[in-house]
Amino acid sequence: MSGYFKELFSGTKSLAVGLGITFRYMVKPVVTLQYPHESLQMTPRFRGHIELIPNEETGEPNCVVCGMCQKACPSNCISLAGEKVDGVKGKVLTKYILNFTTCSLCGMCVESCKFNAITFSKEYNLAGPSREAYVFDLKKRLEDKKQ
Amino acid sequence: MSDLARSQNQETFVLNLGPQHPATHGVLRVKLTMDGEYILRAEPVLGYIHRMHEKMGENRTWAQFMPNTGRLDYLGALSYNHGYALVVERAMGITVPERAEYLRVITVELNRIASHLLWFGAFVLDLGGFTPLLYAFDDREKILDLLESVTGSRLTFCYFRFGGLYNDVDDDFITGSRAFIKRLRSRMPDYHNLVTNNIIMIKRLKDVGLISAEMCRKYGATGPVLRGSGVDFDIRKNEPYSVYSEFDFDIPVYHECDSMARYMVRMDEIEQSLRIIEQALDKLPEGPVMAEKVPKIIKAPKGDYYAAVEAARGTFGIRVVSDGTNTPYRLKLRSPTYSNLSLYEEASQGMLLADALALMGSLDLVIPEIDR
Amino acid sequence: MILHPETKKALAPFVLPGLIAGPVLIVGLYLFLTSIPGGLARVIIFCGALIIFAALNAAYLVWLERKVCAHIQCRIGPKEVGPFGLIQPLVDGIKLMSKQLLLPKGIDPFLFKVAPLLVLVPAVMSFVTIPFGEHLAARNINIGLLMIFAFASVNVLGLLLGGWGSANKYAVISAARAVSQNVAYEIPMLIIVITMIMVTGTMNLNEIVMQQSGWFGNWYIFRFTASPLMPVAFLIFFVCSLAETNRAPFDLGEAESELIAGFHTEYSGMGFGVFFMGEYANIVIGCSLATILFLGGWQSPVGIASGWWWFLLKLYTLIFCVMWVRWTYPRTTLWGLLNLSWKILIPITLFNLLLTGAMLKIWPH
Repeated sequence: MSGYFKELFSGTKSLAVGLGITFRYMVKPVVTLQYPHESLQMTPRFRGHIELIPNEETGEPNCVVCGMCQKACPSNCISLAGEKVDGVKGKVLTKYILNFTTCSLCGMCVESCKFNAITFSKEYNLAGPSREAYVFDLKKRLEDKKQ
Repeated sequence: MSDLARSQNQETFVLNLGPQHPATHGVLRVKLTMDGEYILRAEPVLGYIHRMHEKMGENRTWAQFMPNTGRLDYLGALSYNHGYALVVERAMGITVPERAEYLRVITVELNRIASHLLWFGAFVLDLGGFTPLLYAFDDREKILDLLESVTGSRLTFCYFRFGGLYNDVDDDFITGSRAFIKRLRSRMPDYHNLVTNNIIMIKRLKDVGLISAEMCRKYGATGPVLRGSGVDFDIRKNEPYSVYSEFDFDIPVYHECDSMARYMVRMDEIEQSLRIIEQALDKLPEGPVMAEKVPKIIKAPKGDYYAAVEAARGTFGIRVVSDGTNTPYRLKLRSPTYSNLSLYEEASQGMLLADALALMGSLDLVIPEIDR
Repeated sequence: MILHPETKKALAPFVLPGLIAGPVLIVGLYLFLTSIPGGLARVIIFCGALIIFAALNAAYLVWLERKVCAHIQCRIGPKEVGPFGLIQPLVDGIKLMSKQLLLPKGIDPFLFKVAPLLVLVPAVMSFVTIPFGEHLAARNINIGLLMIFAFASVNVLGLLLGGWGSANKYAVISAARAVSQNVAYEIPMLIIVITMIMVTGTMNLNEIVMQQSGWFGNWYIFRFTASPLMPVAFLIFFVCSLAETNRAPFDLGEAESELIAGFHTEYSGMGFGVFFMGEYANIVIGCSLATILFLGGWQSPVGIASGWWWFLLKLYTLIFCVMWVRWTYPRTTLWGLLNLSWKILIPITLFNLLLTGAMLKIWPH
């Protein structure tokens, strides 16, 4: 019988304590970020989709079309092409397509690059109407950015 | 039970729990044969998100499989990274620098806490309490911020490399981790007062969902499920890998075998993980985070290799067979929740629907890991 | 809320007729109602007002619930539609009304359609006898308390028929749960009501409120001369009204992690909306009764400036507590719930009944 009242008392007390905790949190300031009105600054190491790095002097991509990133990619989402241009050592990038729909953001491509040609973008607001919207032409993006 | 067995052929019906159901946390389907609210038989149906990870591993180079490991158990991705890195390092005979080992332990333990916090929230959500989920997510968010600042991603990490780490941590991470330990320690009493000591919670979990040690042995259950059944088994202690043998921590074991015991094991593990992180931060040596002699193209010597790590849900074992080429010949993943789920059919027999769902919650299922 | 230009354009032709027709309609309605003799007009006006009250309450209690739950969880809650999200419930209402009422295959169409009304109508009917102020009751019935409980038991029927008519296994389980729960909890609740009738000597709600005039020490919750267990009785009444209205932690009927949405799993659009309105109307009724029986209804706690505002203040404080409880606790199971009812609540209420009887014998009012 004493156990019955003891449990009744301790049970009621535990319920009251619970209410006290939720009340305390209710009067605390909110912790959420009001997303479309405010947005976060991504940390320097944040991995968005990859982007080409332009040469500081010429503004052309650093890429020499060695194809290491293409080989390193586990999901085969990078395809690139280059051509030989007179007066330039190595090849010149003509096309760099990233199929972001299959990319898993593992970072193998950036790691494999010896020429400091690709990096992670800090973009996370990605939404689009179709799959094709995520097949990025990185060379075009770089040129658009320059303008 | 005998009454239930007798009525089996009379008024029973089949209830399809899932593949889309709020309590299965993913695309798990359980075919329940019910007598009123009592479960006569619960048959898990798997395979809804099978992605052939093992086969994928056999078709990729050794390094290229690393991102896949983060997608098995997306809540504790770093433990899986660790398991795979460990087995390849064993095969290749690579020694990992000490600083990298310590950082591996710190990040894995942070990841374990994040996983347990999410489980805590989701479990209470299964029992109908919504608010603790948001509190747990608030803390988990802090961990994800920390891990994002070093690994670059928030969920499906791919941070470990054969022979070390992707990159070193900075001072902000160290101070951030220390601040987080303090913060979580101050929040744990709230969790216990709000949830653990709550009489409704106790009534629902105590002596409900019994899983005996014998049953665990039969089905190969590991992790908190096994430790909640009174078996003191944790790979970190029993077969120490990495630098776990250098830390002073306890393995929480409860002998009640009920849902409450499994709940308590996980809650205590959060505290133990905090202890490990604290010690590792204190002892963190200087030095490189990547071994020097790692070949560019990995070709594991011919042989059969196995490594096991203690993931948040139990023993994650990975076995690779190499034929000396640049892809594994065979890659076998032993995922803990697959075994933990297999005992569900036996354990849930004759239970009420509500209790059976509490039992399922206490197993901490992550469906992509079961289906792989 | 700023209207979209397109919407404005579409609405423009209706503005002038609306401005003329609106007042004409109101005046016409007034003239029509006043031409009806005596009490009937009063009842009709009140019924109209009460339906609006119930609907607005349902809409704005959802808003309040979302806000309370958000702040308990350190969030903000609705904030985009209108200031503080205040227009959100109206927009939600419009959305619900414009949705198709889907009739799934294999249902019993009649039961399926009538079930939401069986939940809402009794709840709105119960409002008729609630005294919001001294003269602010649709009908001052001398068996008001009895009437409310008579109507409250119809509510269960609605849940049962809704669950059964949906031809969904989850809904049937939920309906069976809701009924056993309601039956179990009506007993302690009615024992408390009997105790209160013994103390007050009347079933007229307005008279019960009148007896609690003066300062708050006169409220029945603090009337220790009637029974020293009065605060406990209030607490039990509150718990029982939670269980009666299927609110957390006793929301077994709609246990979303077990039964998807319980008896209203198959309802869409306004079918769901009416269930929802009924649920919130029932909460308002439960809290109103607790206010009237224990907290002095529209009486001011200091004895001056009594009126309907006190009633609403007490009512909404109690409703806030209902929400606060919901967002704090996990759900009980059926066994836990029945154990609580039969092993704890009923013995205590029975003891309270005996004690009150004895006290009344010793100190008659």
